[in-house]
Amino acid sequence: MNCRECLDFLSDYRNGELPDEQRAVFETHLSKCPPCRDFLDSYCESIRMAKDCCCPDPDGPVPDKVPDALVNAILKARDASRDS
Amino acid sequence: MSSAPMQLDAAEQALLDSLRAGDEAAYETLVRDFGGPMLAVTRRMLGNEDDARDALQDAFLSAFKAIDRFQGGSKLSTWLHRIAVNASLMKLRTKRRRSERSIEAMLPQYDESGHRVRDNDTWPTDGAIALQRQETRQQVRDAIDELPESYRTVLLLRDIEELNTKETADMLDVSESVVKTRLHRARLALRNLLAETFGTQAE
Repeated sequence: MNCRECLDFLSDYRNGELPDEQRAVFETHLSKCPPCRDFLDSYCESIRMAKDCCCPDPDGPVPDKVPDALVNAILKARDASRDS
Repeated sequence: MSSAPMQLDAAEQALLDSLRAGDEAAYETLVRDFGGPMLAVTRRMLGNEDDARDALQDAFLSAFKAIDRFQGGSKLSTWLHRIAVNASLMKLRTKRRRSERSIEAMLPQYDESGHRVRDNDTWPTDGAIALQRQETRQQVRDAIDELPESYRTVLLLRDIEELNTKETADMLDVSESVVKTRLHRARLALRNLLAETFGTQAE
C-alpha cells in the first residue's frame, strides 16, 4: 500500500467499516509512515472540530427554546396558509 | 396491510389527537415543546440565524400539513427532526452559490512519484484548538460552507446530524456508494481547508 491508496481507506477506517484484512494492511502502512499518521490525526481532528463548531455556542441564544416572536410567526403563517 | 408498531408515548398520542381534532392550543404546544431541538438542527445545517428561523417555520408548516398522515411508526421528535433536516436542505438548495470552487482543488495533491505533497501537516490534534472562541468557531464554519453544496450536505447529514449512510442516501435520493464517496472527499477537503488555517509546515 502506498500513501495515495492509504488515503482512500481513511473514511472507512474512521467509520470502523474497514474489513479486518484491509485494516491490518492500513495499520501496517501507518506504523511505517509518519506523514500518513499525521494526516490521519488531522483528518479525525477536523471531523471533531466540524461537529464541535456546530454545537450550540455557550454565549449564543438559549438552544432549546423557540423565541416567542418566532412561535407567533409560525402560528400566524399557519393561519395564513389555511386562509389561502 | 401491515403497519409499523406505534412508537408514541401517551403524551405524544394525546397531543397528536388534539392536533388532528384542530385544537388551536395544541399547535402552539407542538411548536413550543418540539421546536427547540428542531431549531438547533436548522442552525447546525444552515449556520445562519435568519435562515435557521425561516427553515424552522417552513418545517412546521410542512409538519402541520402532514400531521394527518403521520402513522406513529417513529417517535414524534424523530419525525419532526427529519422534517427539519428536509426544510434545511430545501433552504440550502435555494441559496446555492453561483460559483463554487471545485472539490478537486481542495483535495490532497500528489507528486509524480505518487507521494502526497506535504502541506501544513502539523497542527494540534489533541483538542487543543479551542472552539470556545467565536472567531475559531466561525473559521471552522466558513470552511464547511466553502465545500461545494453536494459535498457539504453529505458532511452535515453524516458527521453533524449523525444520520447513517442509508438514511442520508434516502434523503438525498442518491445511492449509498455516492454518499460514501462524497463523505470521504468532503472530509479530505475540509481537513485541507482547516490545515490552511490551523496547520503549520511540517519540518
